[in-house]
Amino acid sequence: MISSAIIPQPLARLPWRLIFMVIGIGLIGLLTLYSSAGGSMRPWALKQAIVFAGFFTVALSMSWIKESTIKAVSFPVYGAVLIMLILVEMLGFVGKGAQRWLDVGPIRLQPSEFMKPVIVLVLARFYDLLPPGAIRSWRAIWPAATLLGLPFFLILIQPDMGTALMVIFIGITVIFVAGVPIWLFIGGAAVIAAAMPLAYAMMHDYQRRRVLIFLDPEADPLGAGYHITQSKIAIGSGGIFGKGYLQGSQSHLDYLPEGHTDFVFATMVEEWGLFGGVLLILAFAAVIRWGMQVSIRARTRFAQLAAAGLSATIFFYVAINLMMVMGLAPVVGVPLPLVSFGGSAVMTVMLSLGLLMALERQQRTGNSLS
Amino acid sequence: MNQRLTSAHQSISFSRRMLLIGGAQVAVGGLLVSRLGWLSVAENDRYKLASENNRVQLIVVPPRRGWIVDRTGKPIAINRSDFRIDIIPEQLEQPETTLRTLAEVLELTTDDVDRILRELKASKGFKPVQVAENVPYEKYAAVTVRLPEMPGVQAMRGFSRFYPDGPAVGHLIGYVGAASAEEYEKENNPLLITPGFKIGKEGLEETLEQRLRGQPGGQRVELTARGKLVRELTPKPDRSGNTVQLAIDSDLQEFAARRLGEESGSCVIIDCLTGDILAMVSMPAYDPNSFSDGIGRTEWSSLSEDPRKPLLNKVLNSLYPPGSTIKPMGALALLEHGVNPADRIHCPGGYRLGNRFFRCLGRHGSVDMRRAIAKSCNTYFYAMGHRVGYDNIAPMAKRLGLGAEFNLPVVSQSYGTVPNSEWKLRKFNEKKGFVERPDWTASDTLNASIGQGFLIVNPLQLAIMAARIASGRNVQPKLIGVHKEPAPLLGIPPEHLEMVRGGMWQVVNGDGTAGASRLPLEGIEMSGKTGTAQVRRITGGQRGQSGDWRYRDHGLFVFFAPSSNPRYAGAVVIEHGMGGSRAAAPVAKDVLTFLFDRQKALQSLGALEQQWGGTLAERTARRAAAIKAASAARA
Repeated sequence: MISSAIIPQPLARLPWRLIFMVIGIGLIGLLTLYSSAGGSMRPWALKQAIVFAGFFTVALSMSWIKESTIKAVSFPVYGAVLIMLILVEMLGFVGKGAQRWLDVGPIRLQPSEFMKPVIVLVLARFYDLLPPGAIRSWRAIWPAATLLGLPFFLILIQPDMGTALMVIFIGITVIFVAGVPIWLFIGGAAVIAAAMPLAYAMMHDYQRRRVLIFLDPEADPLGAGYHITQSKIAIGSGGIFGKGYLQGSQSHLDYLPEGHTDFVFATMVEEWGLFGGVLLILAFAAVIRWGMQVSIRARTRFAQLAAAGLSATIFFYVAINLMMVMGLAPVVGVPLPLVSFGGSAVMTVMLSLGLLMALERQQRTGNSLS
Repeated sequence: MNQRLTSAHQSISFSRRMLLIGGAQVAVGGLLVSRLGWLSVAENDRYKLASENNRVQLIVVPPRRGWIVDRTGKPIAINRSDFRIDIIPEQLEQPETTLRTLAEVLELTTDDVDRILRELKASKGFKPVQVAENVPYEKYAAVTVRLPEMPGVQAMRGFSRFYPDGPAVGHLIGYVGAASAEEYEKENNPLLITPGFKIGKEGLEETLEQRLRGQPGGQRVELTARGKLVRELTPKPDRSGNTVQLAIDSDLQEFAARRLGEESGSCVIIDCLTGDILAMVSMPAYDPNSFSDGIGRTEWSSLSEDPRKPLLNKVLNSLYPPGSTIKPMGALALLEHGVNPADRIHCPGGYRLGNRFFRCLGRHGSVDMRRAIAKSCNTYFYAMGHRVGYDNIAPMAKRLGLGAEFNLPVVSQSYGTVPNSEWKLRKFNEKKGFVERPDWTASDTLNASIGQGFLIVNPLQLAIMAARIASGRNVQPKLIGVHKEPAPLLGIPPEHLEMVRGGMWQVVNGDGTAGASRLPLEGIEMSGKTGTAQVRRITGGQRGQSGDWRYRDHGLFVFFAPSSNPRYAGAVVIEHGMGGSRAAAPVAKDVLTFLFDRQKALQSLGALEQQWGGTLAERTARRAAAIKAASAARA
């Protein structure tokens, strides 16, 4: 992109616009974490900076992976993550409690997080292998439904509704752009609408409460509706330009719960106002748009579908989190990627970005396989 | 071919669907931005307020109660700083361990702990619940060092009411206490249920409540969601209550209280020109200091069962037959109705009315008006009263303040009765059996003429009567403020007043009934009139001069001084004191001496107090210790 005689070729080849954007979002996140710790690098900002830098390096190095390699590992990796999900489930059963992670030495692996990019890859690979003429047939649907349904079910019973929903949304997006007949989606939506009461009946108590509270947060502002109410107060009290950096009373005085994780957007907007909020949304929009461009420009079907799915992953993260924070969706525990404190979301998004960059590099080098 | 066609078709479908996805994403983005705009612009005011309400809490700080000072500015009721322990329910994390620790350190009783638990359950948020007040410093310090392990407990300085003169001002000032549920309902002011806030419960503390209370302030504090104090914001200052200056001379008040000693009685001293009440004492009295801390059951019952009635303000709420003290008033009425003061009546030891013989205290022989006053001759007043008729005497009684309800900031006044024929008829119709017949009889007149029968008054009225005779002015009693302006004249001819005052001078300084109570002062003389009020009908020879204390006669004395140029007037009533000259006049003598020569008065008081077993303060302390011991023995 940036070409100059002085800059070495490998560096100049990097997607600098995306890199600036991602670093910008990351910096906003670090500033907000610094503020929400009361003006301190500890306990969050410093740790987050290290995690961010680490995964960003991983993402950048992933951009050299060849598309053929990605294609080749799609199914094996999917299988491995699925096994990990089952392991987690068994551990939880043995330990008599909900468990979402595996302890591998010092690292805590959360297989459901891996599943987000992996489901994209495996579905893209599946439709890539499927002969174009079969796309309207039953053959195009049931394997994909199985590939998607298994991890969805495993994550749902963890229980982690937020991640399960994201996996299903991402998967459906890939299936949708792959060209499966549109009536299936309309019909599916109708079936889901009809099945809502049934799903409600099957929910855990805390999940049900979340749904009820989403529908009417003011009914119990000091109890379970507290999160949404306080988050809206934080955002609404910021006004156009915010209360000023390090001046957010909602987050600093702990009225806003989870102000450094899921509700980090409220913390940020309280201090930066509508202005800061829109800026962050635009930055995410640019990243997602870049991903969508990669998909549109892709020359292979796998790259098309994978890029679309990976962009959708980032999109769903951002959209679900912001809707949740602003009271448009129930609180489902989806963090704001690259901004919220916590390694797993950063990892997922960086993996997605790494894969996107790899796919993008293939396009530019003209190393077409079709 | 088919394959390629489908492939191309697939590519078109992909582009179309990508457009759809992109469109949907843009739509969601637009929704998010507009939602953000809605919250932070359109709803900004509402959420700003909500955020401020979160952040800032107001902790009500009770205002300091205004002082009550005497006419010289000497404090009568002040605030003493003390230590108190409260619990802020919202910040309380471990109710059980915290309460256990507090109960141990502060030595709380189970009753206290129950009350705290009850109040904790009922309250919420930042309204503190009182654990203990008036905590001694050592215990306060012991709680303070444990505060870090007891979040929600608040140890702070508060204020408690203090009355330096103790029982001497008990009935006059009253006391303060926490508002009762009814008082809170009546006023519906949250200040009333703030821990540590006290309202006036009796006497001037109650009647002057609004002036003394002041405006509550608030400590505005920034708190975290967990209730931790971040910082104190600019506080809303409280305004202390106003200082109220009384007409009372607190030294005189205290002296009078001490001089009454162990007697059950009252003493009122009035500035006879302006009406300022310089002293208004009823003894025995409760110690308002112990009432303000909340009174124990044992102390309460010992007070309410005492036959000398320490809970009753005898100045205002006890009614006595005035006895002979109203004879000067009667003389004024006789003069007004044309009786020549030189007219003589022969006193053979009584007065015969039909077949009844009304007794006099002695055989006075031939007496004129002046001598009748000096010797307190009943026969003269029987005869003259009978000649003029009581309906002509009663107006003078009322004119001099008897039977009057005064405009005073007091909780209640019992104003008694000045009877006449119309009154008797009304009573006959209203209350069956209260009077035997509807018409006013000659014997009614005779009884009323010597201050017995239907006539009953309170000691303040007697003092006002003395003041009006002394100055000839329409003196109104005043408790609040210092007044300089003399009251307007009553319009009684000065020669009438001179005549009566002369008789009163003779009572003390001539060969009258109170000759033993001359002021021990150079050039200052006291004039007065003794009185003895029967507690029950005279049976046989016994005249209430001995026997059971409860049936002994009351001793009364009204007086003014200096005789030549009256400035002070007053009344002393000693219940069951057996006679005015014996019990009441000596008290008046000493109290008036104090006004002119404190040294001398305190010396003679010292001698008396030695007989009684210590000063008032010492005896009060001893009584409190005894009550405490009794209460401990009962518990």
